[in-house]
Amino acid sequence: MATRTQSTRANHKWGMVIDLDRCTGCQACVIACQSENNIPLNDQTAFLDGRAIEWIRVERYWEGDYPDIKARFLPVLCQHCDNAPCESVCPVYATYHNNEGLNVQVYNRCVGTRFCGNNCPYHARLFNYWEPVWPEDLRNQLNPDVTVRTRGIMEKCTFCIQRIRRSTRGGKQVEDQAFNPACVQACPTDAMTFGDLNNPDSRVSHKWEDERAFRVLEALGTNPSVKYLKQVDAHA
Amino acid sequence: MYYRRTLTDAQINRELLDVVLRTPMWWVVIVSILGLIVAGAASAFGFMMNQGLGVTGLQQPIFWGFFITNFIFWVGISHAGVMISAILRLSQAEWRRPMVRAAETMTVFALMTSLLQPLIHAGRPWRIFYWVFPYDWARGIWPDVRSPLVWDPTAIITYLTSSSLFVYTALIPDLAIIRDRSTGWRRTVYGILALGWHGNPRQWKLQGIAGILLSALILPVFVSVHSIVSWDFGVSLVPSWHVTVFAPYFVIGAVHSGVSAVVTLMILMRKLYKLENFIWEEHIDAVARLLIVVATAWLFFFWLDLVFALWLKEEQEMTVWHLRLFEPPWSWLFLVFIVCSYIIPVPLWMFRRVRRSFTWMLWTSLLVNVGMFLERLIIIVPALMRKGPWVFTYDTYRPSAVEVTLIVGSIALVAFLLMLFSKFFPLIPIWEEKEGQKLIDEVKVGDRVVPALVKEH
Repeated sequence: MATRTQSTRANHKWGMVIDLDRCTGCQACVIACQSENNIPLNDQTAFLDGRAIEWIRVERYWEGDYPDIKARFLPVLCQHCDNAPCESVCPVYATYHNNEGLNVQVYNRCVGTRFCGNNCPYHARLFNYWEPVWPEDLRNQLNPDVTVRTRGIMEKCTFCIQRIRRSTRGGKQVEDQAFNPACVQACPTDAMTFGDLNNPDSRVSHKWEDERAFRVLEALGTNPSVKYLKQVDAHA
Repeated sequence: MYYRRTLTDAQINRELLDVVLRTPMWWVVIVSILGLIVAGAASAFGFMMNQGLGVTGLQQPIFWGFFITNFIFWVGISHAGVMISAILRLSQAEWRRPMVRAAETMTVFALMTSLLQPLIHAGRPWRIFYWVFPYDWARGIWPDVRSPLVWDPTAIITYLTSSSLFVYTALIPDLAIIRDRSTGWRRTVYGILALGWHGNPRQWKLQGIAGILLSALILPVFVSVHSIVSWDFGVSLVPSWHVTVFAPYFVIGAVHSGVSAVVTLMILMRKLYKLENFIWEEHIDAVARLLIVVATAWLFFFWLDLVFALWLKEEQEMTVWHLRLFEPPWSWLFLVFIVCSYIIPVPLWMFRRVRRSFTWMLWTSLLVNVGMFLERLIIIVPALMRKGPWVFTYDTYRPSAVEVTLIVGSIALVAFLLMLFSKFFPLIPIWEEKEGQKLIDEVKVGDRVVPALVKEH
């Protein structure tokens, strides 16, 4: 059984590089993710209640002092850690690491202990406090490839696993940049790069080695599959 | 040394079986009120299941709130059972006699209530029954044994099983006494429960051996249960939870709150069930002395927890402690917690007059548990509020009305179950009391007065 799976499946390791020097904080990635992944509309109450669901969010922080102050942006999504703190605390294996380097969430198995959410240092995991609802005229825009999550379970960024599956189904070989997650596709400044880190010629593999690269909260030893690029600004 | 009054066997039977053999009005009233509160909490739970966990005060990233606090709280209360009955039995403390059964029964009910809390807390509790408890052999989906949430039920169910056995073995001689005093179907039921007890020497010997064996076997559980519960926090990556001192700190904290709860229970029992002949100032005095030691040991571990954080000076951990100690409302809650669980009660307990006053002991022991509930809340929520250095901060946690109802309901549930238990079984072990009386019987030999029984130690 195991050998058959190995022979038919290409050996992928998906990863992402986000160039913060290019990011303008426009939130296009957030909106693209929202519509691709059937995330309910976050209205004002959702934000005020602290229960907005955003698989990718743009963190804003300030650098420098007034008047020489600059707004900086950091898009944060699930880092697909190779040593993921969320995985080992789930009692029902609702979250585990698959053989393509993805941290996957099995919605149907989740019982909602929310321990994974506590243990995620990136705050990338979100809980469905309510049953998701869409306005009647938006019913038909739901993505048929993505499960609509019920209330009481955790969810998070999947690196648009439905697109990965569709492109690599049956062990199909894929060209680099043949497909991208919704956020990467939507980024107007080309700040985000997605691809197979096992392919040494892929765009993401080249950027992975960039000297500006760093990983968020690297000291925790979570070993994320997402790297950020940022020029250290000596005058900031 | 403690048996100053002599009671006849008939008097012990009459007074301890009073509520079992007849139903007083006050009992009906209290049970109905508690039952109503429990029913209210059950409907609050139904409402929450129907609407979703949105009705709680939880939000990103504070995923754990009152329910987990309450879970830790009731597991803590349950530590009284093993402390009072097993350790005091093994150390042959005579003053344990009137409180062993009440403590053990409270342990069983507190554990049941604590097991309910994670179920109430989960997003889809029905899935837990469907998914986790019957191991899914057919599809090969096993629970992940790396998760502390699998260790928890294992530890608690072990403790619940051993405590229930403990209560039952100690109950057998008393069941036989009730059997002999009842008629009709009650006689049949108590007869089956008493397992054919006739009180012959062999049965007494076996019962004694079972008691000692269970006491000894339950000792590892004493250390393990709250250690394992503390690992829910210890093995996580959350700053200020990720500390090794949590296991002993939680265990000693559990004994502190559990033994205080026993004091509360004993005083209420004495008043309600008119047990003045059995629960004396001396008993409460002895527990209060024990509490001084336990509370001080607990304070030491609390101090260690704080000092380790200050010593490491890890930024994230310091942020959490800053929030706990200096930022309202947590700073206020912290003050209330430390004042309630140590600063008021322990110095008061140093005075013999306080230790021997039922009123003072009732209020101080209640204060300890208010403090200990807050302790768990202060451990859990502020750590989650400041667990990551993200600007995208989220609001604080305010428990909703549903959560408060369920907390009140859990207290009412334990009281309700204890009241029901007292209707069917004596809250003070009759045979233990009689044994205590026998130990102080004296006979005249020539011109000397000597103990009638010599207990081999």
